[in-house]
Amino acid sequence: MKKTENCKLVRKKEIAKGIFDFTVASEEIALNTQCGQFLHINCGDSTFLRRPISICDAQNGEVRFIFEVKGEGTSELSKKEEGDYIDILGPLGHGFEIKESVKNPVIIGGGIGVFPLYKLAKELKTADVFLGFRSKDRVVMEQEFEAEANMVIVGTDDGSYGYSGYIASAMEQYLNSHECDMIYSCGPMPMLRAVKKIAEERGIKCQLSLEQRMGCGIGACLVCSCETKNDGSEKYAKVCTNGPVFYSEEVTLND
Amino acid sequence: MINTKVNFCGVEFKNPIVTASGTFGFGMEYNQIVPIEEYGGFGAKGLTRYPRAGNKPPRIAETASGILNSVGLQNPGVEYFAESIMPILSGYDTHVIANMSGNTIEEYCEMAEILSDTDVALIEMNISCPNVKHGGLAFGTDPKVVNELTGEVKKHCRKPLVVKLSPNVTSIVEIAKAAEAGGADALSLINTLLGMKIDINTRRPVLKNNTGGLSGPAVKPVAVRMIYEVYNAVNLPIIGMGGVMNGADVIEMMLAGASLVALGTGLFAKPDLILSAKREIEEYMEHNNIDDINTLIGAAVMN
Repeated sequence: MKKTENCKLVRKKEIAKGIFDFTVASEEIALNTQCGQFLHINCGDSTFLRRPISICDAQNGEVRFIFEVKGEGTSELSKKEEGDYIDILGPLGHGFEIKESVKNPVIIGGGIGVFPLYKLAKELKTADVFLGFRSKDRVVMEQEFEAEANMVIVGTDDGSYGYSGYIASAMEQYLNSHECDMIYSCGPMPMLRAVKKIAEERGIKCQLSLEQRMGCGIGACLVCSCETKNDGSEKYAKVCTNGPVFYSEEVTLND
Repeated sequence: MINTKVNFCGVEFKNPIVTASGTFGFGMEYNQIVPIEEYGGFGAKGLTRYPRAGNKPPRIAETASGILNSVGLQNPGVEYFAESIMPILSGYDTHVIANMSGNTIEEYCEMAEILSDTDVALIEMNISCPNVKHGGLAFGTDPKVVNELTGEVKKHCRKPLVVKLSPNVTSIVEIAKAAEAGGADALSLINTLLGMKIDINTRRPVLKNNTGGLSGPAVKPVAVRMIYEVYNAVNLPIIGMGGVMNGADVIEMMLAGASLVALGTGLFAKPDLILSAKREIEEYMEHNNIDDINTLIGAAVMN
């Protein structure tokens, strides 16, 4: 059974302008979370729908999620204080698949897409990690990923920190001289399209975490769809339950 | 001991709370949160004669106290439902209300035949979907078409036929009367209100389909008014729906004239809404010394 739970906010920190790092207490969610899953969060009275926010980490009775203030819902959520309670449904969705047979995993995240990849990096232990941000002031979680990964390369689109340019290009160059048998990715759509192309050209399996405007969060309402290569009623998959993580060959990433 | 049982078209519902088609999948999704047996029955996802892919995303836009949706009837088709989904649902102690949408009168009749051979309790005929290019709303806005369609489908339908009405009309009473004259066994209302939301930065509608159906608390007063008008104009039982968020809303719709009341969009915000709504209804009945919930139906007194 799934249920909503009022979870106490135990730690709150603004890690970059408008980006909030929340940790809530929940034994049940912490125990049941698989990396890549999300929470469906009631942000307060300003918005009608819940907001799907990916889980960054979950352990020892605590669940961590990080979000950027983008609209009314996330704005109201960001005003919660330590000690306040947050109404959460989760963990939801089909997360990342971790296969024992994979020897050289690569993780690539862009912007706020890096957050759902953190727990994955911890579980993989030996991933090569690529993190892309717009500019130096948007760089977050670099040290935390470094503590969990084989190697971390950080890049900025404007060249103000680390690798200069799109992070997918940095990964592509790296793959020219390194082994890789699985790519895990989350980030803005142009980056995901680039990652999908690079992976498929090289015959590397690739898992992509997608985002879509969501209703129920549990597969009942069919609003959070993404286009797949199937026909008929299977043409659009549900991001909330078939995903949010899909293998690149399953989805088209068309508008 | 209070009675919450409602007899609707000869089918006994253990309580008057059902769900609105399209918000509840085929039941198994919300069954992970609250057993579907807590509901009197539930409205299954809208079916078409053949499988449909639905509209391109985004299919949802949030609005003040509600949402716009443009799913476009994504579904596996009526035959798949009859063969592979309904046999599983038959094992649950709750009623299934099938929902069907057609492109033509013939399609509606074929679907009615197929669904009549299953264990569904009621067949809801959607003549008011605002999100599909053919059929849909076009059937539900002309009284002559509603009358003829209902009459033809009734010849093929061996379950109680519930005609789902659109609020996107000048007079819902005219449409209700046409359905009654055509032989409808019951009515359900309201379907969503056609709406649009434009992103001021991109200058484009948020929905890929441009327009969509408005639901949620924003539409509830419209629903209550229309239920009241229809209840007083026809002699058919009504399934009321539109923005129900709690037990008080269920009672309000019953007072307006609904015999059953559907939860819908409210479930997205409160997935366990059924439990609190039932508790609140029982509290209201106890507090007001009401033994039988049926006495609420149409009991509103006008000023």
